Amino acid sequence: MKKVRAIAATGNLSTGFREESLVRAVQQGADFVGCDAGSTDSGPYHLGSGKPRGPREGIKRNLRIMLREGLAAGIPVIIGTAGMAGGSPHLQWTVDIIRELAREHQWHFLLAQIDSELEKDELLDGLSKGKIRPLSPAPPLNESVIRNAERFVAMMGIEPIQCALKKGAQVVIAGRCSDVAIYAALPILNGIPHAVAFHAGKILECGAASTAQRLYPDCMAIEMDGGGFTVEPPNPELRCTPQSVIAHTLYENADPYRLVESGGSLDTSHARYEAISDRAVRVTGSTFIPADKYTVRVEGATLVGYRSIVIAGVRDPLLIGQLDSFLSSLRTVVERKVQETLKLKPGEYDFQFRVYGRNGSLGQLEPCDKISGHEIGLIIDVVARSQREAAELALVLSHTGLHHPIPEWQGLISNFAFPFSPPVIDVGPVYQFCINHVWELENACAPFKMTFENL
Amino acid sequence: MAELWEYTKLIRSKNAGPFELTFDIMFKDRSGYDLVLQSGKLSARSVAELYGLQEQEVRFFAIEQILALKLSIPRKTFSGDVADTDIYGGQFHGPLVRMRI
Repeated sequence: MKKVRAIAATGNLSTGFREESLVRAVQQGADFVGCDAGSTDSGPYHLGSGKPRGPREGIKRNLRIMLREGLAAGIPVIIGTAGMAGGSPHLQWTVDIIRELAREHQWHFLLAQIDSELEKDELLDGLSKGKIRPLSPAPPLNESVIRNAERFVAMMGIEPIQCALKKGAQVVIAGRCSDVAIYAALPILNGIPHAVAFHAGKILECGAASTAQRLYPDCMAIEMDGGGFTVEPPNPELRCTPQSVIAHTLYENADPYRLVESGGSLDTSHARYEAISDRAVRVTGSTFIPADKYTVRVEGATLVGYRSIVIAGVRDPLLIGQLDSFLSSLRTVVERKVQETLKLKPGEYDFQFRVYGRNGSLGQLEPCDKISGHEIGLIIDVVARSQREAAELALVLSHTGLHHPIPEWQGLISNFAFPFSPPVIDVGPVYQFCINHVWELENACAPFKMTFENL
Repeated sequence: MAELWEYTKLIRSKNAGPFELTFDIMFKDRSGYDLVLQSGKLSARSVAELYGLQEQEVRFFAIEQILALKLSIPRKTFSGDVADTDIYGGQFHGPLVRMRI
């Protein structure tokens, strides 16, 4: 069987890599270069708003080097989860950068773009036919959740990418895509077993993160064959050890031995990791368990309102000593005032005090709920139906709180140290993830729309 | 009696997707790994108690090859929800660091 060499440019297209590492990796012999460009890690904002995450210039630089090396070597370049969330606007943003690069450098190639954004009717059809199942934990899903959401994407597996490659695409820009599929699609097309390609994909998806000491974001290379794969960083300053490679299988993964992908699961519980030099590790012995039914994960985000915040310091020890009762009495006064002046009832808006110095980082999960420091960082956090309402509420809250009395002091007091003028900061629209479900498909490519373009 | 961090080279938390959190505890050496594992102080039960969960909601893995323990829990507040405090889930390990062993 032919060996397949896969190069991951880096862990996320926005973080970058050393140019010389990618040049060397391709020179050492490569069958394709891949990179993941997104994640749900930074929350629902990008999916909900349709706004990509930059920096655009950094992403363009990284794509320029990947395309230049890939086209010169005559190998495909595959990008997954374009623009952070992989919806249609994120895909278009990325494709625009690709077109710009092709124009600037007079590069000519066949570009495939694979759109993973779903029509709500497709999803409703799946729901009514009982083809959509919850993962755990999952928010409740029904017709109105789907109708009210801003955007849904399905996470593609290897098949749509393989389809693009079979039609001769030299550059594949995919919408929402499994990180592993970016790296497993071409090897499986070339006869590499699923277990080998999926396990290699899991290691590649974070670029140089599986090295013993990742000094900076960089490339990673894996050579796959019928029995296993060898992982070795192209940058001579970096090295992989069996420990570093195993440790990476833990990262951001709830189960270190089982990786669920569209079409089946990877079981690494009997995998063997063996150092074959002081920089390279040979991995064998994983197994792949095909799924009974082919499913794709669905992601979606709903607009919940608009946020305005106020940041304030509290340094008065008497106030800090009674912060809970102060905030709760402030809440009562403000709710009444808002009803009288802004004509808003509780329930039509939402506000919370985020108390840094007590439980700002952990919220209700904080086991140590007492204040032991000499100052408090307070965030007044308002979410309302419009940005205007949120800003007005934040202003009422901050100004009322500024002079809200405590029993020890007589006369008008100023409780908050505002670092900024004006104190109210408009954060913008707020989204939440509204689905954690899988969708059973008859055809793995069906929801994904593929477009080819000769540049 | 020592604190958990003293036996480790890394204790971290991170989202495993927006709906789950996972904790990785990497030990400096075999003796620390064995001691903590055998003490039973760091277990599905103790973590459930610390994070307000049922014991069966906590998944516990001992990865002997790299002297690591791993625990995964569901998020009661999903990443990015209005009441969420930590979008990436990177600071939820705090209460484990000084756990008495």
